[in-house]
Amino acid sequence: MALVISDLSKYIIAVIGIIYTCECFAVFRYGNEDDRGGIYMRQIIWMFLVHFIGFAAICLETGDVSYIFFYGFQQIMMFATITLYHVLYPEANRLIINNMCFLLSVGFIILTRLNYDKAVRQFKIVAISLLVGLFVPFFVKKLRFLKHLTWIYGIVGIVALAVVYIFSTVTYGSKISYSVFGYTFQPSEFVKIVFVFFVAGMLTISKDFFQIVMTSVAAAIHVIILVLSRDLGSALIFFVTYVVMVFIATHNYLYLFLGNAAGAVAAMVAYKLFSHVRVRVLAWRDPFSYIDSSGYQISQSLFAIGTGGWFGMGLCQGDPKAIPFVEEDFVFSAIAEEMGVIFALCLILICVSCFMMFMNISMRIKEEFYRYIAVGLSILYIFQIFLTIGGGTRFIPLTGVTLPLVSYGGSSVLTTIIMFSIIQGLFGIQSIEGKKRVQKKEE
Amino acid sequence: MFKRKKNDDDLEFVALDGYESESVKKKEKNRTFETVLVTYFFVFLMLLVMGNLVLFVTKDSESVINNSYNTRQEILANKNIRGKILSRDGDILAQTGRNEEGKEIRYYPYGEIFSHVVGYPVKGKSGIELSENINLLTSHDSVLVKIQNEVGSLKNYGDNVHTTLDVDLQKVAYEALGAYRGAIVVTDPNTGEILAMASKPGFDPNSIGEMWDSLVADKESGVLVNRATQGLYPPGSTFKMITSLEYYREHDGNVSDYHFNCGGSFTYQGDRINCYHKSSHGSVDFKRSFEKSCNSSFANIGVSEDADKLADTCKDLLFNKDLPYDGLYKKSSFVLTSGDSSYDVMQTSIGQGKTQITPLHLNMITCAIANKGTLQKPYLVSKIANYSGVTVKNCAPNKTIRLMSEDESAFLTDIMTGVVEKGTASKLSGQSYTAAGKTGSAEYNGDKSDSHAWFTGFAPATDPQVCVTVIVEGAGSGGDYAVPIAKRVFDAYFK
Repeated sequence: MALVISDLSKYIIAVIGIIYTCECFAVFRYGNEDDRGGIYMRQIIWMFLVHFIGFAAICLETGDVSYIFFYGFQQIMMFATITLYHVLYPEANRLIINNMCFLLSVGFIILTRLNYDKAVRQFKIVAISLLVGLFVPFFVKKLRFLKHLTWIYGIVGIVALAVVYIFSTVTYGSKISYSVFGYTFQPSEFVKIVFVFFVAGMLTISKDFFQIVMTSVAAAIHVIILVLSRDLGSALIFFVTYVVMVFIATHNYLYLFLGNAAGAVAAMVAYKLFSHVRVRVLAWRDPFSYIDSSGYQISQSLFAIGTGGWFGMGLCQGDPKAIPFVEEDFVFSAIAEEMGVIFALCLILICVSCFMMFMNISMRIKEEFYRYIAVGLSILYIFQIFLTIGGGTRFIPLTGVTLPLVSYGGSSVLTTIIMFSIIQGLFGIQSIEGKKRVQKKEE
Repeated sequence: MFKRKKNDDDLEFVALDGYESESVKKKEKNRTFETVLVTYFFVFLMLLVMGNLVLFVTKDSESVINNSYNTRQEILANKNIRGKILSRDGDILAQTGRNEEGKEIRYYPYGEIFSHVVGYPVKGKSGIELSENINLLTSHDSVLVKIQNEVGSLKNYGDNVHTTLDVDLQKVAYEALGAYRGAIVVTDPNTGEILAMASKPGFDPNSIGEMWDSLVADKESGVLVNRATQGLYPPGSTFKMITSLEYYREHDGNVSDYHFNCGGSFTYQGDRINCYHKSSHGSVDFKRSFEKSCNSSFANIGVSEDADKLADTCKDLLFNKDLPYDGLYKKSSFVLTSGDSSYDVMQTSIGQGKTQITPLHLNMITCAIANKGTLQKPYLVSKIANYSGVTVKNCAPNKTIRLMSEDESAFLTDIMTGVVEKGTASKLSGQSYTAAGKTGSAEYNGDKSDSHAWFTGFAPATDPQVCVTVIVEGAGSGGDYAVPIAKRVFDAYFK
């Protein structure tokens, strides 16, 4: 009987996923945040339903009711986050809050199903991150001196990456993390934000050629250290974010062209120079010929997605653990396998709606520094999603980055929550500006 | 009031103040244009990712997930009882039942007759059991039945695979090979349906588990190899169809000027080619050369042809290429180039040399000749239906590939009809049906005269319904050993 219910649950989850996603885009029909209240309320209900049904299916399928308590804590945390945000920052963008909670709850569902211990660890980190995140918008609005620390950001970023490169432990061929008190940190995640602040600061000071060259050199150092650490995914994310920020700040298509050309040359050199790059490209082009070695991960990921089909195998009914590093790098494939490709497509669209809202916010911000930060963080976010989902579905070669907010990984989730919170802060700045304008107009 | 500042950033401030002019609005637009562009670009990128995912699920995923590395197949096997494999008339070729101890066993009523084509579902799997594994393990039973099964803790019935195989023809084909090793492929050239596919030596799939070790240990006889699709043989004189096609192409369809005087052998630049058993064919024209399968004449034709163009023709006929076939097979190879010696050219033009072909591929070429130059993609599975018989999916590929022009196929049909009426396949003449075909005796032992017997052809010649390709290993001449076997298959088809 349990199987019938969990069988049905996957259809219900798919339908709710579609409705929620439609609401995400319906938001853009209204220019004013006040007109969107109804949508946001409905979204919260749909989100909680998915969360509930997901955990109900897991409980029924495993026969272990203790998951209910875990669910309860998560539910309280989500509810508290949404309420506190509303009380502390009435002007906050609620689509971003809703989507953040939706993605977190989907992450909890799939992580609980994959590895309960990891899910509990993730829960603790998320709880702390959300708490930290609650203060971030306040600081963004108050600490206006942040825009004058430009070179400090650059130095901090480079030093942090270099320290990791020199002292870190090698995990699975990449030198990207080090351990403190039993917790493993992946500094490249945090440096992303610092890097965006650095580039935004540089571009705010000046946009002349010399300034761009200096910024490029500093950006290149970041990227090169990451490549040497074999963290190719992060290297790409830094690079793309940098090029887009320069392009948007300067309005200069030449920089866009030069950036792309440099990227192409660097990719060729990396392909020639590093065997692990070639291995990944080969595994991408023909995974099944290398199924015993480098093609194993991507093959298993494709098996997972393909066997799941449109509606999925149902929670706890597939075999997502057959994919190596499923909790970190292939969580999207696990979701597609058990919750269905339809729901997985909805998930992509939800991430896209976040990105669109971020960019939307960036366009309204008056102050350059903050506008560039919003752009930078948006690109960081969407390009990482592109890399991880594109890699897992064999659209592009694998780079091994996490799906923000959904994948297991403390550094990643903390960074993403802070990113979301910074954007909330920027949104606050923008709406304060808007209100001032309105007041001024009324005078 | 407002002061206009130099700073670009304050334009928005100005614009929203309600004093905006057209030019200010325009500048505002300019400022955000790149941002909008970048937004659209990344949204578009994500849509591509989604499109790729949708394409994968609708199109490629089925063949991808049917892989022995996909552990999810075992999950399905625990939930569903493996479906049946049925003949075109609904006879059971494979089904899962329970033995006395209640353990699931796979049963094959026809034993070794369908051994290679139907295959086995264990030990790495083969045949239809391999290619349709996922479908056999997936249940499309109605939701109500599934719920009933769920309540009663019963397994669901997996879907049934309906094949194009004809039990009578398969039996005749398998038995006609007798004690010889070899293979037979029988197809309908109009649809691409494979009616029979036999390979000998066979094995009894009912006891594959017990016999496995000895079958694998026996490297010499290659029992587990499906010779019809994976056996590579020199084409022998059947290749003269291709040499003829090339001659026809190089002479714009005019072959009537050709004459040759055969004294049992042909010598060119010091190299000699003998006719089969050194028999002398006298004065022959093109058609007669083909009917009598005169090696000397075809060696003479071969040296007159452009080797590179011959290679192009072979490419048209799918040599060195992936075949339009979904199961396991070997690629045929043709390696002659214009730089090779005239001896290689002569050997190749009579089907010896380095050329290699599978019976399935030769059958495809024959089908194209029978079907006005176009090949219907051959297939074994016509549809997947659920346990109650409701069609889940039709599998007929309906894919047409042109291998040659209609004129060329008519020319080949004409000379192949002559082979049956007055030539090497005369054992097929005088039947209720008129067949057309080509024999071959492929020498495989260097100097020794051991040869594989080939026949490939179709009937009726004027309105082809069935295409038969036979190879009998080490038997002797195609006319003596392969043609009588083909005849038994044709007889069974037209009875």
